Amino acid sequence: MTAPALDVRGLVKTYGRQRALAGVDVTVAPGELVGLLGPNGAGKSTLVKSVCGLVRPSAGELSVFGERAGGRNARKAIGYLAELFRYPAWCTAEELLRLHQRLAGSDSGAGERARLLDLVGLPGEANRKVGTMSKGMQQRLVLAQALVGGPRLLLLDEPTSALDPVGRRLVRDVLAHLRDSGVAVLLNSHLLSEVELVCDRVVIVRAGSVVAEGAPSDLSRPRGVEVDTSAGRRVIDGLVRDDVPALVARLVAGGEQVYAVRPLSSTLEDVYLEAVEGQTA
Amino acid sequence: MTAIWVLALWAVRESFRRRVFLVVGLLTAGFIALFALGCSVAFAHARVGQRSLGDVVDAHEFAGSTLNGLAMFAILFLGCVLATFLTLSAVRGDAEAGLLQPLVVRPVGRPQVLLARWLAAVVVCAAYVAIVDVAVLITLQVTGNWAPEHALTAALLLMLAVAVLAALCLLGSVVLSSIANGIAAFMLLGAGMFAGLLGQVGHSIGDASLEHTAHMVSWGLPFEALYQDGLARTTAGQGGATRFLVTLGPFGGGNAAGAGLLVYVAGYLACVAVVAAVVAGRRDL
Repeated sequence: MTAPALDVRGLVKTYGRQRALAGVDVTVAPGELVGLLGPNGAGKSTLVKSVCGLVRPSAGELSVFGERAGGRNARKAIGYLAELFRYPAWCTAEELLRLHQRLAGSDSGAGERARLLDLVGLPGEANRKVGTMSKGMQQRLVLAQALVGGPRLLLLDEPTSALDPVGRRLVRDVLAHLRDSGVAVLLNSHLLSEVELVCDRVVIVRAGSVVAEGAPSDLSRPRGVEVDTSAGRRVIDGLVRDDVPALVARLVAGGEQVYAVRPLSSTLEDVYLEAVEGQTA
Repeated sequence: MTAIWVLALWAVRESFRRRVFLVVGLLTAGFIALFALGCSVAFAHARVGQRSLGDVVDAHEFAGSTLNGLAMFAILFLGCVLATFLTLSAVRGDAEAGLLQPLVVRPVGRPQVLLARWLAAVVVCAAYVAIVDVAVLITLQVTGNWAPEHALTAALLLMLAVAVLAALCLLGSVVLSSIANGIAAFMLLGAGMFAGLLGQVGHSIGDASLEHTAHMVSWGLPFEALYQDGLARTTAGQGGATRFLVTLGPFGGGNAAGAGLLVYVAGYLACVAVVAAVVAGRRDL
């Protein structure tokens, strides 16, 4: 049986009297793309940092492909993009990637560096200094750095916070490419539309606990059917897609001319707002 | 081991690429120019003063020893300033800036990162101390035809002294913010140097308790003990009234520590390394 890419059981983290995580369970299968959602201060970054070994858990068990999270073997398997990222302004993209290749033990050389820069939309920027790059370019470079050595589990903490719509699209394409390649991804993002578009599953965290979990389509619920008839446009609650033929027949029998019928379901945003009860930091 | 060298070379490269050495080089050139001027004047006065002193005191030797003591004091200070700026933000400062996390999530231990930063600081600072020391020796030779005894040993002890302060500053960087750590490092440096001066005063006035207290502080902050030992070696061959006068001055005789000092410093550095590694390992980043 293949070990999960990430297995978190009963993770608790306290900072003094402040409990950041109160017993979180999260699993990511190999090749699965899981979105981590929650308001500011919910504990998402603490969860990601615990997996990386940057934060020491107060309790719980964490493993990466069966290896203790934070240990050397686990760290060999992960790539990490930090929410707060900064690289020395004096170094070039090439130098930065070469440094991480050496630290990661990657022997793929110049070919890997060129491929990664190309993947994140920075071809021809190898010799450009980080200090002269825009924030968006730097964030794409950070993504390339996280991919050095071919990680099997990618932990992305707000990877598109500094990107414009084109950059976000590029990152989505990269994530889809990685998933197709069998890389597991834990994506921490505030951009619900982005998560909904690319993630196989979402985990919603509130106040240090998981409050909802599942595929975006499974989490959404029917919200009635919207009809546009000669009597006007209205939403009929309590109906689902299967009720539409009977509804149309009834409306037509009642003398209404039907122009459009649309089953409604809650969006991920609705699910999210309900799960976090409107909470924000 | 490879990761340590990779990170150490990266840190050395960073110190050169951030133009640290451009600023340090300019300021050091200013110091050497002033020192050369001071040496010319002091040796000239010594030549004139020798006539009135007769054979009782060797004014030329006195001037050379004092100038060399002053230079060693300055080299220790400048080297420690450089070591402090190269290490003050190594852990907490770099973590707060987001520079450290991408490195330590790689299969590299935090102790290795600390060791790499220390090695880089030691290499850079030792090279700096060596260059400035050679410039000082050349200046003393050219302006006064004077050279200290055991100059190489004294220079090596100064390098080790700077390495000790770099280690203390790295330890401080684990728990303190960059500014707080920089202040703490300079206060430690000041405390050590002040203790050394107090020890000289205690020796001059014959106050054993003051001398003992200063001695304890200089071993608690062994960069001072190393400096004192180096200073003592440069004037070890002096005697008579000249030696007495040299030891009266603030940059005079120093305190010879013996071979035990090096063993003690090795143990001290090992203890600092263990504490830094343990504390850094437990720290959330």
